[in-house]
Amino acid sequence: MPKVTVDGQELEVPEGATVLQACELAGKEIPRFCYHERLSIAGNCRMCLVEVKPGPPKPQASCALPATEGQEIRTDSEMVKTAREGVMEFLLINHPLDCPICDQGGECDLQDQSVAYGRGATRYEENKRAVTEKYMGPLIKTVMTRCIHCTRCVRFSEEIAGVDEIGAVGRGEDMQITTYLEQAAEHELSANVIDLCPVGALTSRPYAFEARPWELKKTLSIDVSDAVGANIRLDSRGREVMRALPRVNDAVNEEWLSDKGRYMVDGLSKRRLDKVFMRKRGKLQPATWDEAFKAIAKAKPGKAIAAVAGDMVDCETMFAAKALLKACGSKLIEGRQTGMDYDVSNLAAVNFNSTFEGLEHAGAILIVGSHIRWEAPLVNVRIRKAVKRGAKVYVVGPYWDTTYPAEFLGEDLGVLNKLPKDVADAFKNAERGAVIVGGGALKGAHGKAMALASDWGADFNVLHFSAARMGGLMLGFAQKGGMADIVKAKPKVLISLGADEMDYEPFTDTLKVYIGHHGDKGAHSADIILPAASYAEKDGTYVNTEGRVQFAEKAVFAPGDAREDWTILRALADALKVEVGFDNFAQLQSAMIAEVPALGEEGLADYGALPKVDAKAKAEGTMSAYPIKDFYLTNPIARASEVMQRCSSELLHDGELAEAAE
Amino acid sequence: MADRNPAPDTPELRERWGAFEFNESYRERADKAIARYPEGRQRSAVMPLLDLAQRQVGEETNTQGWLPLPVIEYVADYLDMPVIRVLEVASFYFMYNMKPVGKYHVQVCGTTPCMLRGSDGLFETCKKRGMKKGHVSEDGLWTLTEVECMGNCATAPMVQINDDNYEDLTPERLDTILDALAKGEQPKAGTQEPGRHTSEPANALSSLEAMVEENHDYRSEWS
Repeated sequence: MPKVTVDGQELEVPEGATVLQACELAGKEIPRFCYHERLSIAGNCRMCLVEVKPGPPKPQASCALPATEGQEIRTDSEMVKTAREGVMEFLLINHPLDCPICDQGGECDLQDQSVAYGRGATRYEENKRAVTEKYMGPLIKTVMTRCIHCTRCVRFSEEIAGVDEIGAVGRGEDMQITTYLEQAAEHELSANVIDLCPVGALTSRPYAFEARPWELKKTLSIDVSDAVGANIRLDSRGREVMRALPRVNDAVNEEWLSDKGRYMVDGLSKRRLDKVFMRKRGKLQPATWDEAFKAIAKAKPGKAIAAVAGDMVDCETMFAAKALLKACGSKLIEGRQTGMDYDVSNLAAVNFNSTFEGLEHAGAILIVGSHIRWEAPLVNVRIRKAVKRGAKVYVVGPYWDTTYPAEFLGEDLGVLNKLPKDVADAFKNAERGAVIVGGGALKGAHGKAMALASDWGADFNVLHFSAARMGGLMLGFAQKGGMADIVKAKPKVLISLGADEMDYEPFTDTLKVYIGHHGDKGAHSADIILPAASYAEKDGTYVNTEGRVQFAEKAVFAPGDAREDWTILRALADALKVEVGFDNFAQLQSAMIAEVPALGEEGLADYGALPKVDAKAKAEGTMSAYPIKDFYLTNPIARASEVMQRCSSELLHDGELAEAAE
Repeated sequence: MADRNPAPDTPELRERWGAFEFNESYRERADKAIARYPEGRQRSAVMPLLDLAQRQVGEETNTQGWLPLPVIEYVADYLDMPVIRVLEVASFYFMYNMKPVGKYHVQVCGTTPCMLRGSDGLFETCKKRGMKKGHVSEDGLWTLTEVECMGNCATAPMVQINDDNYEDLTPERLDTILDALAKGEQPKAGTQEPGRHTSEPANALSSLEAMVEENHDYRSEWS
């Protein structure tokens, strides 16, 4: 561990650290544009200049200079100050002074750093360079005149996303950042370049000219668009969520967010259920809460009441429904809407046991029936990291465009029964392996995959794609026979907690009560609609696919008459004249935690050891298609979002390319 | 500075070049270039391959050659690399022509040493023959480009035409060369100064005289 001196302060830095990192360890702020912790080092912006002895008597780029024993680093000398001023002056030569009309204003690295490290005034009197705007798809707005050529976006798409589509064409003053022939950036993480861009060259197209950062209320939340549980920050103004941005959490999403999680938020203000509706003479008509509750009480469900949880509900809502049903004497609760009926007696068997961070260190990965890029884009990033470290990846299932070399073993799940020798060898040679089973393959390959994992000593993982899944399973939202059991029980009342993917067909004689937030499939089939809150409008606990319990906060109020889900269920308890044992959110939460203590603690839940595997288990069936047909439209919020619809038609269905000019 | 933007992607361009493939002799040279690099590092051969592709396009069009987008895509495909990475290389280096050029690509150096030695006169000569910077002349024979230093300052002014340099030029000497090329002859490349072979001192030795016989350290004589 080399010892260095930073501004007279002696400290030890880790082996392989750069001078910039050493300065940061010493608590010194080093201005930078091109350097980013998660990307390779480019060293082309020159903003991080410091003085280093021994070395040539000139300032050096600290981001690309390894820290070595006995270095004397100065970040506060006159030389450093003038060097930074000089670099800043050069950067500003071709940067337009259009901050007042730039969306990056207020959260712009260049703006902040020119205030802190630049000269007060310009000496430049020549003409500035102007660059034509580039089309990069429906999510990224470009104003390339503002580009300072840091190449973060180029490095992100090549290194993290694994899709080489952004590049720097030309050279010198004529260098321009563009996609090939200005094609749209077509991958699930494309919008992260907007966060990476230190200036206003790449900004958010849907959010263009909507708000300034300082007028937004920032709320810590959890992304519910998939089961990764990415940590996000919801920026809201008044009653509207303006945007979602990723938060840093190395264990979950690092600092990325999928395009769906980021851009479905405009769906929060569209197609909303903001009134109570009741079906009268076959048509849904506005009604009052009182009428609705009376109608439900009139159905006299008694024990014949069931609840189905949707993909995006929080644990509190599910627990409130469970408590209500328990008070009625029913245990008909289910969350696996599409009819899956895998065994949940041991939750470790349906959990992502490697953890996302651990997956990076796997030397061999077998993916069974999961289109990971669509089911969990951020997990795909981890696999790509593992591959970069030398991991071999095998996929059973239909072909999809991996962002790393992978061998496809065919669509027949039966291939697991007699795997090619090199797969087994790869796992035996790897220090750590991972078997990942997607939701679509749980029916045919769950047991066999678990047997293989135990045979190889690899981690066994199930990758869900519903944010509510693990929380639901922890709360017991699973029948032995899945949805079929609910159908068989012929309940008089069915409470749908935002369940939009389930089949309502078999429930013709049942009073269907939909408690949800969007006018989607579930609301269309319902007899009574009780408007509820989306994930942005209520506090709630979510458990991601690796069993990580995370807490999301309420950002805005639900529109119109909509209420937080648990209050609706509490009122319903009164209507049905039963006692659920809680009158406020705190009581509800403590009752939930008393029942499932793991939900009270943020972090990984402990599910104990994997069950004993059935060595004779066989995999059967074929996967002809993955459950997700359209990445951008997997949940009611996304389906209501214009941005997601546009992404879907333009990027997936070759729809008419809308004009870049609005 | 020349226009480094690729020629527009039109249906005509696709039709003309969409089916581009290395012919046998070029394929052989391309594979030889790839074989210089370790397995899996075939991308390293992108520069020689772009050059070969440009030469083949040149043969097919009877010009110096250029790189239409479909050809760039072909090279990307040949090396199994993203096409944007190939475009980055092609648009960076001047030796790759991004737009069609004439049979002879006349690249006149206009950097300071050449300018001091009379490159303005060379441009004049070219213009008189109907050449215009960045354009192909009407007879399809010439394209004029002003370039930066080509490293022949000792024999300035110089012009590079396709693969050859012509140095120690005067407007008259350039005229002779261009006449010869137009007639399909191959003029002598290199210095045009009678009696001079390469870039040796034109007259008597005037600098570094002490270095003629043996290595000499001048540093102590600096003041």
